[in-house]
Amino acid sequence: MEALFATVTGFLAASGLYLALRGRTFPVVVGLTLLSYAVNLFLFSTGGLTTNGAAVIRDGVTHYADPLPQALVLTAIVIGFAMTAFSVILAMRVRGDLGSDKVNDQRSEESKEDKS
Amino acid sequence: MHHLIILPILLPLLSGLLMLVKRDSAVLPRRAIALVSTALLLTVSALLVIKSDSGEITYYALGDWQPPFGIILVLDRLSALMVCLTSFLALGSVAYACAGDDHKGSNFHGLFQLQLMGINGAFLTGDIFNLFVFFEVLLIASYSLLMHGGGKDRTQAGFHYVALNLAGSAMFLFALGVLYGTTGTLNMADMSQKVAALDPDRLGLLKAGAFLLLVVFGLKAAILPLYFWLPRAYSSAPAPVAALFAIMTKVGIYGILRIYTLIFGGGAGELANFVQPWLWWFALATLALGGLGVLSARDLRNQVAYLILISVGTLLVGVSMNREAPFAALLYYMIHTTLVSGGLFLLADAISEQRGKAGARIVPGRGVTQPALLGLFYFVGAATVVGLPPFSGAIGKALLLDSALPSEQPWLWSLLLLASLAGLVAMARSGSTVFWKAGRGDSEGPRLTPAMLAGLILLLGASPVLSILAGPITRFTDASAMQLLDQSAYAEAILSRNVAGGDS
Repeated sequence: MEALFATVTGFLAASGLYLALRGRTFPVVVGLTLLSYAVNLFLFSTGGLTTNGAAVIRDGVTHYADPLPQALVLTAIVIGFAMTAFSVILAMRVRGDLGSDKVNDQRSEESKEDKS
Repeated sequence: MHHLIILPILLPLLSGLLMLVKRDSAVLPRRAIALVSTALLLTVSALLVIKSDSGEITYYALGDWQPPFGIILVLDRLSALMVCLTSFLALGSVAYACAGDDHKGSNFHGLFQLQLMGINGAFLTGDIFNLFVFFEVLLIASYSLLMHGGGKDRTQAGFHYVALNLAGSAMFLFALGVLYGTTGTLNMADMSQKVAALDPDRLGLLKAGAFLLLVVFGLKAAILPLYFWLPRAYSSAPAPVAALFAIMTKVGIYGILRIYTLIFGGGAGELANFVQPWLWWFALATLALGGLGVLSARDLRNQVAYLILISVGTLLVGVSMNREAPFAALLYYMIHTTLVSGGLFLLADAISEQRGKAGARIVPGRGVTQPALLGLFYFVGAATVVGLPPFSGAIGKALLLDSALPSEQPWLWSLLLLASLAGLVAMARSGSTVFWKAGRGDSEGPRLTPAMLAGLILLLGASPVLSILAGPITRFTDASAMQLLDQSAYAEAILSRNVAGGDS
């Protein structure tokens, strides 16, 4: 299971990084989202992978999973979700304001040169 | 008064929420709430500085969960100093914003208070995951503040800033995951103990995590290969926001200072002080590049952004020297540079408002309406930021130069002095272009309002005050540096089970 988990996390991170380096806003947003999924999986695994383990101490249970990474992932998911929503809106705003979905729009650079 | 430690977080949170209640209400009550809340924050942080000056490290355990299990806020001299610096800078920015910048978009003051909450939280927390959460709070507020007022330039700079910081947050979490996976704790004091007694098999992994964390803090602090977002973002932000952003790079520097002296400091066994030799060269390169950048800037705001880059290089050189004297010097320099560069952003905005079409660009154009007043501010700001005596920049730089060892002197002295010279040339050139090569000012044009004047006086006027009070302030920074390097006292204050040691 460790190998599968590591492969999936690595693949997600690699695809996220590739997309985040693209030149248009939509792939960048998707890439950052994938990167945050990879982070969530990675954080989840930092306490060690256990199946069928209890997270809260109870009588008669000896097999436990580390509860802290689960709490951390929950926080990371909430923050990541909010940020995805924000960056989608921002990407649409860039499209509306600049009339292009390129991350580095040359036109606005040029108009700045003209002014100075 | 043991709840005092949490007030710098609660106060801005409450006033920020209060301003969300009626989003379209009149602007006057909001200004009043913002000013009162920031002034209260300044009072609280001054009390914290006095409290921390006893030399005792106190902590506040949230929900009374004792460390290393619960989240704690830690008050020592360094964190008290940073919180106090933040609230002073915020007071100047809020005062300036009340002149009308807050009216150009919605919710300026609410977001501003939430950003203050994030910054103060990041300075006070003693838990490394909590540090991440407060980083997110301050970043999310800063995303919206950066684009306050709208405009094409801001939207694009904002998108770059957001995308870069989202990637940075992802790396922060990777680093935290690695640190937690290897040490099994998130409490900084506890982590410093665990790192010293770590299984040698895991050292490589931990080192990778520590370097990843350095990249994240480097991105926030804008070290050389990671600074590209800074000039654009800072020069397109509205003036009061840019002034507050002067503390944002210092949050990154604080992170480096805290983590790499406490967790990976002298007591960390094999990993002791392994980051500092790397940091030294990157910091020097940042310094050199800042010097070149400030000469090439064609816009006053851009120029100030590069001056911030020079100050980041200077501060990080001090961090990488990792001794008591450079730490004390850099803390003094940090107070000076934060306030002055914040003030210069405000000044650049005031100048551009009075020059009409020429704006903040460094070209001969219409003169400003109040050349004597703005010229005086510009003179004080320029002299202090490049480090001319008798202002505070000179004292800070002299302290840092003086603290270098003979082996460090050739690099530090030559680069720091050359970068200062570049700053001097650039400031003199832009000052003479803006004030002397200018035509007649429009005597009917906009003038400084009392609010703007108050903001400028608070931030730029701090420099002469800092030189006059240099004695007491350097005594405090000396003591802070000593406290910072004494990791065992920090760990003991937090981890000893003796409840009397902490404000629980």
